[in-house]
Amino acid sequence: MADRIASTYPMVKYLRREALPTALCPGCGGGTVLNAFANAVDDLKIDPKDMVVVSGIGCSAWIASPYFLADTLHTTHGRAIAFATGVKVGLPDKKVVVISGDGDLAGIGGNHLIHAARRNVDITVILVNNFIYGMTGGQVAPTTPFGAKTTTTPYRNIEHPLNIAETVTAAGASYVARWTTAHVYQLIDSIKKALTVKGFSLVEVISQCPVQFGRRNRMKEPAQMLRWFLKNSVSIKRARNMKPEELEGKFVIGEFVNREKPEFVDELNRLIDEVYGR
Amino acid sequence: MRYPFVTGGSDFIQGDEAIARAAIMAGCRFYAGYPITPASEIFEAMALYLPLVDGVSIQMEDEIGSIAAIIGASWAGAKAMTATSGPGFSLMQENLGYAVMTETPIVVVNMQRGGPSTGQPTLPAQGDMMQAIWGTHGDHMLIVLVPSTVQEAFDFTVRAFNLAEKYRTPVVVLGDAEIAHMRERVNIPKPEEIKVVNRKLPRTPEEERMPFGDPDGDGVPPMPIFGRGYRTYVTGLTHDESGHPKTVDREIHERLIKRIFRKILDNKADIISYHEYELEDAEVAIVATGIVSRSAMRAVKMLRERGVKVGLLKLDTIWPFDFDMIKKLAERVHRIYVPEMNLGQLYHLVKEGAEGLAEVTLIDKIGGEVHTPGEIVKRIERGERR
Repeated sequence: MADRIASTYPMVKYLRREALPTALCPGCGGGTVLNAFANAVDDLKIDPKDMVVVSGIGCSAWIASPYFLADTLHTTHGRAIAFATGVKVGLPDKKVVVISGDGDLAGIGGNHLIHAARRNVDITVILVNNFIYGMTGGQVAPTTPFGAKTTTTPYRNIEHPLNIAETVTAAGASYVARWTTAHVYQLIDSIKKALTVKGFSLVEVISQCPVQFGRRNRMKEPAQMLRWFLKNSVSIKRARNMKPEELEGKFVIGEFVNREKPEFVDELNRLIDEVYGR
Repeated sequence: MRYPFVTGGSDFIQGDEAIARAAIMAGCRFYAGYPITPASEIFEAMALYLPLVDGVSIQMEDEIGSIAAIIGASWAGAKAMTATSGPGFSLMQENLGYAVMTETPIVVVNMQRGGPSTGQPTLPAQGDMMQAIWGTHGDHMLIVLVPSTVQEAFDFTVRAFNLAEKYRTPVVVLGDAEIAHMRERVNIPKPEEIKVVNRKLPRTPEEERMPFGDPDGDGVPPMPIFGRGYRTYVTGLTHDESGHPKTVDREIHERLIKRIFRKILDNKADIISYHEYELEDAEVAIVATGIVSRSAMRAVKMLRERGVKVGLLKLDTIWPFDFDMIKKLAERVHRIYVPEMNLGQLYHLVKEGAEGLAEVTLIDKIGGEVHTPGEIVKRIERGERR
């Protein structure tokens, strides 16, 4: 199987072959995200030796490690961004990327996400949002839609989901975009921008988990979930003229922000130069 | 290298300040922290000094992020430290285990205050000894050093960095609020007088590919740090020598964890340090560590004046623990007293080491005051009259 992937898939040069085929379930959106990320790296001609990829815990964390062939740091649950901050300060010339899930980065690790965005530290975060804790068996997440069924909300979810892209925009990131796994070319484009922009960048990818989320919410086929994404996606431009009740249950997609702002490691090194040179 | 403080001379400084200066002289160039009494002065000194030596000090959003950032920085090649007290140390436990599992050299300082919970923020205690040793989950091994003076706060911090680098392990410096805030005269060596140890780096392509191998047979793998094109794979999951997860293989798990134990336990003679006072002819011994050992030392002098043949074994390292040394001591004396600022932690280690050859008696004290020498004398006199 691994040999077949190697002979037919051009992006395999970015993957750890010994870890293939992936452990992701059939129909999982994680493969699409990995593919989009590899294509973005390929388009930008970034040498993976100049990258450090950091992840937390969960299915989406596996996209980074073991699958991506760079220096990889597979850390504790929720803390990937804090680890990545230390890596970036230590290696300011390298591209530092965090790939992990919604529960990991916006649930248990939400505080690190907000503060890294506030500092505007030059890290690219690819946050795979599948609305669910997949690896542990389909428990409710801070992103689970209102009313959805999960293993820990077997009747219905009474909480409202966190709007991750808007939260990170408000916290001060340089670049924020949201796409779904049904928007692969736009996703690649945004990942490229995120990797290029100076400052904290977040690409939120709405992704399907047919096994743990779809199955319990009348979308057990991956294609049903992708059709759900397409049918309910609204561009951010159009969303700006829509009322909150019209946006209920919609996925607002596009670029939320793309702005030049002072970056943390730059500021830090400027300060050290000032003080050290004195 | 020009240091922003006196070197090759003495200075009158707090323990927290001594730890910061020692860290910088040992090569620490990355500090991440979160404010907490009584360790904040370490952070403040690092924030002041590090930019002056081309280093970085950053404030994270919590203690979990602080230890995460220093582990990240260590993999980026920097010598890195964080400092905290009880509540923050509790938050750091998961990532302390991550540093054990990924064999990341870091130094974590815990200036103990009264606990549990918020407890007595400004007052000293020794209630975190078992937590320093066993706080994180799973079978693990690390090094814990306990200073008793501001001079030792300096010396042990240098030592902590060297041990962390030499054995690719986290090292805990376990001080207390008394050492943190007390001012004492400290001799700060000249930079060239300080022995600085650096981690082993890969020397061959094979070692580059084996971040968790054992090419030297000493259990300490060379560290293929990030950014040099090694494409190192680091995970807290059980992994083989190449770093790849092997989470259901019993033999690989056992081989990994036992090597992590072995690299420390096989080098006890190098790691463990202690001091003996008046033990040659002693019939009664005191075993103490940290700030309390100073009262114990005075108590030995007072008791000797009264004709009690008592001596002191002062431990600098509480983990790994030298159980054999305690056994040998227990063979020579009939009773061992363990004064400590908790309700019995070191006591249990000493009791295990004594193997019943001598009676072991706890002299506990909590509430934020160090035992006075007189209190220790009284307890021993009462105990020996029986």
